[in-house]
Amino acid sequence: MPTLRDITGILEDAWTRLDEGADAPAGPAIYPFPGDVAGNDPALTGIHIANDVDPESVVPMFDRVSLISVAFPAFTDGRGFSIGRRLREAGYTGRLRATGPVLADQFRYLLECGFDEVEVPDALAARQPQEQWERAADAVTLNYQRGYAGRRNILEARREARGV
Amino acid sequence: MYSYDEFDERFVRERVAQFRDQVARRLDGSLTEEEFRPLRLMNGLYLQLHAYMLRIAIPYGSMNGRQMRMLGTIAEKWDRGYGHFTTRQNIQFNWPKLKDIPDILDALADVGMHAIQTSGNCIRNTTSDPFSGVATDEIEDPRATCELIRQWSSLHPEFTFLGRKFKIAVTGASSDRAAIRVHDIGIEIVKNEAGETGYRILVGGGLGRTPMIGKELRAFLPREELLPYLEACLRVYNMHGRRDNKYKARIKILVHELGIDTYREHVEAEYARIDRSNTAADMAEFARIAEQFAPPAYPELPEQSAIFERALKAHPDFAHWVEQNGFAHRVPGFMAVTVSLKPVGGAPGDATSEQLRVLAEAAEQYSMDELRITHEQNVVLPNVKKDELFALWTLLKSQGLDAPNKGLVTDIIACPGLDYCALATARSIPVAQEISKRFSDPARMADIGPLAIKISGCINACGHHHVGHIGILGLDKAGVESYQITLGGDPANDASLGERTGPGFSYDQVPGVIETLVETYLGLREPRETFLQTYRRVGMAPFKEALYADAA
Repeated sequence: MPTLRDITGILEDAWTRLDEGADAPAGPAIYPFPGDVAGNDPALTGIHIANDVDPESVVPMFDRVSLISVAFPAFTDGRGFSIGRRLREAGYTGRLRATGPVLADQFRYLLECGFDEVEVPDALAARQPQEQWERAADAVTLNYQRGYAGRRNILEARREARGV
Repeated sequence: MYSYDEFDERFVRERVAQFRDQVARRLDGSLTEEEFRPLRLMNGLYLQLHAYMLRIAIPYGSMNGRQMRMLGTIAEKWDRGYGHFTTRQNIQFNWPKLKDIPDILDALADVGMHAIQTSGNCIRNTTSDPFSGVATDEIEDPRATCELIRQWSSLHPEFTFLGRKFKIAVTGASSDRAAIRVHDIGIEIVKNEAGETGYRILVGGGLGRTPMIGKELRAFLPREELLPYLEACLRVYNMHGRRDNKYKARIKILVHELGIDTYREHVEAEYARIDRSNTAADMAEFARIAEQFAPPAYPELPEQSAIFERALKAHPDFAHWVEQNGFAHRVPGFMAVTVSLKPVGGAPGDATSEQLRVLAEAAEQYSMDELRITHEQNVVLPNVKKDELFALWTLLKSQGLDAPNKGLVTDIIACPGLDYCALATARSIPVAQEISKRFSDPARMADIGPLAIKISGCINACGHHHVGHIGILGLDKAGVESYQITLGGDPANDASLGERTGPGFSYDQVPGVIETLVETYLGLREPRETFLQTYRRVGMAPFKEALYADAA
């Protein structure tokens, strides 16, 4: 079983991943994009996109899904970071998941790009236990950019310090 | 000079601690070497032929005496007593131990420096004009813009795992001394018709195995739009740049394959979607940064200096150095000077710890505590009183830092090559040394005039050979070093890429080849014509004939 976590810790994964054309189970399920999800209960519907899918093409599905999973085929392939930001900028407010062998060291970047949770494969999860993810998330507590994780950035902190 | 506030300071300290932890996790196996590699690269740490190499960022090439002195200390304490200035205005240490790296980074943080993003597939150190703030042809000191970019690009959550490295250069002067046309993004500070200061944006330039000249993306971008616009440029690249082949992964290939107009359409569409207010630095922050680059309090001095004039007359060596290495300053009574790190027969860009300390002293005593590193691997002292130039020269001379060869045939750019680099296919430093010895006569150097020789030890072109008036590229042909020669390259305003002369030459032949090219130029030139001008007028044919006639 892959490991799913967010900023609060390791999570039980309630979602089932479906192959192309598979029948929907009773519980929450993640369909491969574009997925035939018309008529589904949005609360039980997720979609998984490869990192070469144009985020614009996912926008019409925003109110039909409550989870979008974005593929990170390798930790060095950073397209997903841009996809996360694009989806958030386009107004997606549901759960956003990064899926693939990303490193604990990238956790903070993912959070700042709008991701809520990360699903990593077994082998990597075994090498990088939860304690490392917690440390990595706050290794650098400051950022110059304004992200989606609710942190105040350095520019805002400066303004505050100046009393403006 | 920009100095860190409490937030910059904490950011860098935390980054050092993070890297210390990453090293520990590499050593305990939490991180595989494959996983550790991009993390260490993003902190400037390479594994070279013989050892680790640490590349330290010198943002836009600008530093003070205290920082330079620390480099000298690092060279002595953790390396073999010398450092190597690079073509990205950075410095490399070639022999540090992995276990010492976090301590070195801590020592750097003590003086407001770091090694963040000096390597890796992320936004690299932003480079600039080494004469920024003092040049007479400047619209605005580009360093405030550079610092804004440095902060925005530091550990950028979206752009730290790009398809390939990404290099930005900024110039604020009409004469381009920052080579902006051969950068992924080149930024020129310009004024529009309404007199507002903004930016002209070029994209898709670069050297490497597919050299290209950057194309204009925007003729004028208002200042407050810079960061959101860069964000749109980077995002289009991050999402659409090729990932299937690392040799085709730079933005220049994307721009080339899409065409500049289609790339622009993508960027503008992205820019229209982007939440600009989210990214744009407020102009108060820009003003806060710019204030720190306000000109120092220059004393009012006459343009002429009697002490200086007397020294020029009394010491021909000094006069020759001033003539060759001096640069006109916009403030009367001042001059900027280039300290050449290209003594005859030396390794281009190398400086010993003692030399680094003397440079620090020179800056503190004679240059209002400012130094610049140039992409030609030299050092500039930007704020020297003419009254004190002779005293400065005397100090520099005591450490062999008085080579009067800026811009001349012996002011050679060379990458580390096979002597250090794991990617190299041929030696470059020894080639530079041999050429330098061959042209060591100062009178001959002066007669030849401006001539930029640039040497790369492999196709990745760290020595910028494509934009050398004479470019030398060392390759490996069936286990034997072979050097390709290009002519007519130049990185400035009318940037051009060199053309190949023909078949390559062996290691031993190279100095003779350069000699033949120079002699051919001397025979063809018209009065006051430089090598590049002559080449542009007469073309390749006479040079080619001189090189290959005997073989035919």
